[in-house]
Amino acid sequence: MTDVRRRLTAAILAFGSLAFVSVLAAPLIGTTPISLRRVFDGSIPFADNVDAQIFFIARLPRALAGAAVGATLAAAGVVFQALLRNPLATPFTLGVSAGAALGAMLAITLRLHLSLWGVSAVTAASFIGSLGAVAIVYAMARARHRGFSTNILLLAGVTLNAFFSALILFVQYLADSAEALRTMRWLMGDLDIAGYGPLLAALPLCAVAFVAFAWLPRPLNLLSLDTDAAASRGVDVLRVQRVAFFSASMATGAAVSLGGPIGFIGIIVPHLVRLIVGADHRVVLPASALFGAAFLVAADVVARTAMAPVELPVGIITALVGGPFFLWLLVRQR
Amino acid sequence: MGHEASCWGLGAGYWALGARIVTLIAAMTVAGHALAPGTGAQQQPTRIVSLVPSATEMLFAMGAGPRVAAVSSYDRFPPEVEPLPRVGALVDPDVERILSLRPDLVIAYASQTDLLAQLRRAGIPVYSYRHGSLADIASGMRGLGTRIGVPAEAERAAAALERGLAEVRASVAGRPRPRTLLVIGREPQSLRALSVSGGFGFLHDLLDLAGGDNVFGDVKRESMMVATETILAKQPDVILELHYSDSASRETEARERDVWALLPGVPAVRNGRVRLLYGGELVVPGPRVVLTARAFARALR
Repeated sequence: MTDVRRRLTAAILAFGSLAFVSVLAAPLIGTTPISLRRVFDGSIPFADNVDAQIFFIARLPRALAGAAVGATLAAAGVVFQALLRNPLATPFTLGVSAGAALGAMLAITLRLHLSLWGVSAVTAASFIGSLGAVAIVYAMARARHRGFSTNILLLAGVTLNAFFSALILFVQYLADSAEALRTMRWLMGDLDIAGYGPLLAALPLCAVAFVAFAWLPRPLNLLSLDTDAAASRGVDVLRVQRVAFFSASMATGAAVSLGGPIGFIGIIVPHLVRLIVGADHRVVLPASALFGAAFLVAADVVARTAMAPVELPVGIITALVGGPFFLWLLVRQR
Repeated sequence: MGHEASCWGLGAGYWALGARIVTLIAAMTVAGHALAPGTGAQQQPTRIVSLVPSATEMLFAMGAGPRVAAVSSYDRFPPEVEPLPRVGALVDPDVERILSLRPDLVIAYASQTDLLAQLRRAGIPVYSYRHGSLADIASGMRGLGTRIGVPAEAERAAAALERGLAEVRASVAGRPRPRTLLVIGREPQSLRALSVSGGFGFLHDLLDLAGGDNVFGDVKRESMMVATETILAKQPDVILELHYSDSASRETEARERDVWALLPGVPAVRNGRVRLLYGGELVVPGPRVVLTARAFARALR
């Protein structure tokens, strides 16, 4: 017990400072050189202070969004891998991102010029789409089983992914070229949220999910071994599965509606963290969240500087790093 | 293993689709077109199928409108195309439909290689398109006019186009040239997925002609996605934003303009010089670029 606490403290200190440093450093890095002294120089009116505008309007919300999305996707990845007892599960395995993508595609091609609670129609529609996918998958998993069948959950998720991607292709095919380009851009992930509105809309949902995540590690440790063994040790298996499923799905939906379906974070980060701190979820979950934040913030710095002034989609960076890593993981597992 | 593999199916599909769309976009949007002669019989065609909206407009401009037998699904101008049969477009040309119309000339994009090959095999003369700049529109009209046997009318229409553009250029001569951001797309009600014109293509050329200095004129691309940071750094004096629907309610237009308030420090926003332009002609590099040039010049004033 004390050993776990010691490892937890060490992991939080190490990964926490990594996340902290990356969020602090990211707004200082970019294609336009800015002076920190000028940024915080109160004597210059904000409207004339380009350095401060770049810092507070363009870079800081991006870094914070990157941290929120990275932490959420990495933590949701850990939860899904334990819930599905499958090391290759990701936050997108059960169709949440496909539902979100379908919502976003529809909002883009229908040219919805609305905004709800300070977020654009695309963001709102993608979150609604993710909720739809969650509801369908959950109904499937409960339909023919008194408990909560993770196998049916997986199959339903995979089928839903395929079905939704067919619908997405259909919607994109009917869209005209400018809209098709925008839908494609959305699918590649983007953290340039230009302001704090979208972030503030997503954060409460992520916060609720993280409260649930704080309760999950111990039962997940037992669950990831064997549901029967977990039940015999007094774990309310169905309840744990339900909390894990809904909290991780909702967090994923919020993260995807904020930053788009940024791939590989939910699988690379948990595995890298496990290599470092071991398999205990009490350590892996918080450490993954912190490392996920640092990783995505760093990837986004690369995305906005590598080809400037052209903006690279951050999903391309994470995929370029994540693809080879995933293959390595597959080979190593055998 | 089944699930593990298929959980990536979606991702793989996205990338493949993405790659396809990139190719398509590169092949079709916001570029001027230049006409390149294709092969085939050279008698005067009387049943022309046009898969290229700008070529359709050119045909009508040179008085060959009555010879147009069918158009693409994107054609909306001139109003005479309304009742004509539709035969698909760049991505989805309907070969059966085209063949059934028994055309004696099909105008298609040069990138539609499969379609062009099929038509040639069927013995149907084709005329293929290639990209270019603003200057290529007039020369493209002359080429097309020669191909369909109306060189004099084509010359007249091309000269009118060049005269119209020259008038706009003359009208802004000597005026200050505001540093202008030309936005060609973004997510409605937010500044996300901002797509802007780089230093290539007919839209950039039109902006230059209408008296604006493109803030991204030094980037050798037609269009690109940029971050809000870059816009803050570029500090444009005017933001010109193109919307391809023919009009919008005053309310929608105001709401979309207000989105720019997120960047209060940009001179264009501070000085109320964010201009939204609406119109289907904004995407068509055809004879109506004169209208676009005038609209740009007015918006920059």
